[in-house]
Amino acid sequence: MSDWPLLSIVTFLPLVGVAFILMIRGEPGVVERNSRNVALLTSSATFVMSLFLWFGFASGTADFQFVEKTDWLPGTGISYHMGVDGISVLFVLLSTFLTPICVLASWEAIHNRVKEYMIAFLILETMMVGMFCSLDFMLFYIFFEGVLVPMFILIGVWGGARRIYAAFKFFLYTLAGSVLMLVALLTMFMNAGTTDIPELLKYSFAPGLQTWLFLAMFASFAVKVPMWPVHTWLPDAHVEAPTAASVILAGVLLKMGAYGFLRFSVPMLPQATADFTPMVYALSVIAVIYTSLVALVQEDMKKLIAYSSVAHMGFVTIGIFTMTTQGVTGALFQMLSHGVVAGALFLCVGVIYDRLHTREIARYGGLMHCMPKYATVFMLFMMASVGLPGTSGFVGELLVVLGTFQVNTLVAALMSTGLVLGACYMLFLYRRVVFGKLEKEDLKDLPDMSGREVLMFAPLVVLVLWMGLYPMPFLDMMSASVDNLIANFETARAAAEASVPAALALN
Amino acid sequence: MTELPNLIPLLPEIVLALAGMALLLLGVFRSTDATRLIGHLAILAFAAAAVLVVIFGDARQVTMNGLYVTDAFAVFAKLMVLGASAATLFMALKWMEQENAARFEYPVLVLFAVLGMCVMISANDFLSLYMGLETQSLALYLIAAYQRDTVRSTEAGLKYFVLGALASGLMLYGVSLVYGFTGTTNFESLAQGFELDQPVPAGVVVGLVFIICALAFKVSAAPFHMWTPDVYEGAPTPVTAFFSVAPKAAAVALFLRVMVAPFGDLLAQWQQVIVALSVLSMLIGGFAAIAQTNIKRLMAYSSIGHVGYALVGLAVGNTEGVGAVLVYIGIYLFMNVGTFAVILSMRANGRPVEGLNDLSGLSKNRPVMASALAVMMFSMAGVPPFAGFFGKFFVFKAAVDAGLIPLAVIGVLTSVVAAFYYLRIVKIIYFDDPAEQFEPIAPQARLVLGVSSIFVAIFFVFPLPQMVMGASRAAQALFGG
Repeated sequence: MSDWPLLSIVTFLPLVGVAFILMIRGEPGVVERNSRNVALLTSSATFVMSLFLWFGFASGTADFQFVEKTDWLPGTGISYHMGVDGISVLFVLLSTFLTPICVLASWEAIHNRVKEYMIAFLILETMMVGMFCSLDFMLFYIFFEGVLVPMFILIGVWGGARRIYAAFKFFLYTLAGSVLMLVALLTMFMNAGTTDIPELLKYSFAPGLQTWLFLAMFASFAVKVPMWPVHTWLPDAHVEAPTAASVILAGVLLKMGAYGFLRFSVPMLPQATADFTPMVYALSVIAVIYTSLVALVQEDMKKLIAYSSVAHMGFVTIGIFTMTTQGVTGALFQMLSHGVVAGALFLCVGVIYDRLHTREIARYGGLMHCMPKYATVFMLFMMASVGLPGTSGFVGELLVVLGTFQVNTLVAALMSTGLVLGACYMLFLYRRVVFGKLEKEDLKDLPDMSGREVLMFAPLVVLVLWMGLYPMPFLDMMSASVDNLIANFETARAAAEASVPAALALN
Repeated sequence: MTELPNLIPLLPEIVLALAGMALLLLGVFRSTDATRLIGHLAILAFAAAAVLVVIFGDARQVTMNGLYVTDAFAVFAKLMVLGASAATLFMALKWMEQENAARFEYPVLVLFAVLGMCVMISANDFLSLYMGLETQSLALYLIAAYQRDTVRSTEAGLKYFVLGALASGLMLYGVSLVYGFTGTTNFESLAQGFELDQPVPAGVVVGLVFIICALAFKVSAAPFHMWTPDVYEGAPTPVTAFFSVAPKAAAVALFLRVMVAPFGDLLAQWQQVIVALSVLSMLIGGFAAIAQTNIKRLMAYSSIGHVGYALVGLAVGNTEGVGAVLVYIGIYLFMNVGTFAVILSMRANGRPVEGLNDLSGLSKNRPVMASALAVMMFSMAGVPPFAGFFGKFFVFKAAVDAGLIPLAVIGVLTSVVAAFYYLRIVKIIYFDDPAEQFEPIAPQARLVLGVSSIFVAIFFVFPLPQMVMGASRAAQALFGG
């Protein structure tokens, strides 16, 4: 197994499915059914292949594993370089795990242009997985931006009423951010003479340059995370996107920004990271508190969950920039947990949206009477989002708060209010949708979850409980890479501190 | 008795010239309409010239008493021009037949225009440059006004002629100033003169600026772009398709040669001018296109924007920059040819349509054509992994490496503005409700569209490394390396 190009297989297997779907001909009904089947089959096969990563991954080392390297652009040193470490491997798994679930979620919800929909989804999977596997900045950038194309189409074609506005806002916001990262990429390329990520990690950039590079990359990653105040594309995109696209958006795309911080900004620009930490803290704390308050007053379920995502990602950015073992591990864990939980919550919204075609909270109420299975599942994910012990949300949030307390008590205290507010808006949402009397006539005969829907939620439920009750396998996979990240960061900081007096003495 | 100069390197041009004359005779003497035959023979002539260009290869040869040069740069540029001309002419023939506008003069004029372009590209002296430029321009003025019964086409031709003549005048004035202050029009002698570290005479600088203005007109860089939207809109669509590729590539190649071969050592004098042209073109190309409703006009602004990006590479003024421009233009040709294959296929109720809204819901009526057009649009917007991104990447890389970071930042930001209108086309074809269905796409356009969209989509796998190598060899040849 070890000599297989496993990462390339996982990355490009979905494209094989695309090729098959393109060849499907015949009656419209047949084409639709076959497209769905091929997409489900391909994405499941991709997930199975990616499980080899889970089992083959050696936890004890911070080195990149499953490495593949081939020359790509002669004369420039840009190569096709793939590999994963403890930081990225779980995101690869998250992407391959969520895609088949999304295909299932779209089974009945999407009836027009099914073929194109499935093609877009599989291309999206290739782009996401490729991005997390890239060990060349150029390659990373291509996948990072390549995600925009299928997502733009998914929102714009299969989205809600204001889908065009949302699709454009999503595309242009993210593009504007990432083109600045392109300039940063080129500048790093010029200085270090390579775009190879392991090489760049060893290179130390001049302190003055680090500031600019950090800001340019921040423009890109902060939009993607999204951090306050550049988060406004997210509620629009989430509300208008079809359910499955929302799941991917919340589950994977938001993680790309935070992953970018961990892969590029923090390890490559330690000096600038230290300088900008207060700014990141401030923006993240505002995000946590402000967006939680905004979430409280939302009338639209998807919008509420979208704002809660911004708040949860605020925890993640704080955790990363604490640069403590607990903080970074917690941030990583919180990203995984949020990927699963927020994805699941969007699926929960999707279930009732498919039945009643509205996301307005006031239109529901008392669903526990007619949809008990649904009420149970929804409750579990709601609790996980709040961070109840025993669910995955608890582990991540606890670790982040612990890490933050070590470096900055004020930030820790402020972000903890976000936990309380989070409980408020989620419980409030749950009460209004599920509890209460079943008064509305059209709700009375809503069918409970179908077999397909149960199948779709089952792996998510298992995962949330597993990550909450026994998180060690996940934490073990990360620990070596996180320790290595922090150790290198401390070394670089110490070297920089030592060189400052020397430079002053020279003057 | 004077010795005959070595004519071997000129064989491609000789073939083109002889073919042009022969086809003209053939057209006149054939009693029936022979447009299709002559068109195909002209494409054959392009292919023959391309083969000859490749055979005589990369080695630098100067002939005709220093008037004419062929090197790796000329090979690269000529192949671009010949390929783009052949592709657009191939599609044009069918369109002309559908419009009952088939006349055998069209392929002949295109052939002469291409002859002029090849001479321009290989010019090693301002005299041969001017000769090539005018051969090209005269033929272009005529084909712009090719549909002489329609007001729009004649207006386009007249406008192009008047403004083109003005640009030629500027060029001549600049050349005469340079000649007056240096005593030579030969590129190599000029370059030798400037190598010495002496102050450059003011007259040379003034002349240089005039020459740059004229060349900016020819490549339609802002603020000398005014003619472009009107001519692109007014000219018959196949002519617009041709205008947007072959003359553009030839003019950019000429621009590169004139700036680098004789004036390469005066980089400090001309760099700011090119930077200004580039920034203005990117801005105008980005913002002015937003309000357009006619797709040909939109393509005109888009081409102004693309020239702006190409000029970023010229502003850098080194091997890397010139190589990046060549890659950029090469990719641009494929994107434009492909897009015009779609525009040429926009026919409803037996006549061509040009409105952006006529494309509404194309993805439902013609899914394959729609996805090909969407690929082109994402590529033009510079979204990876499509080819257009790599063009921008190399240009901006050259700029950053040379320390022109502000220029690169302006460039990437205007590319976001431009992304808006390219996305608007994607929106129209994918998100909007279907408009009237187009007539079936002609096989010629289908072939060209298929080839170019596959090129654009898988560019990063196959021809990218080869193209980058070719372009960098060409750029080194230009710098005498």
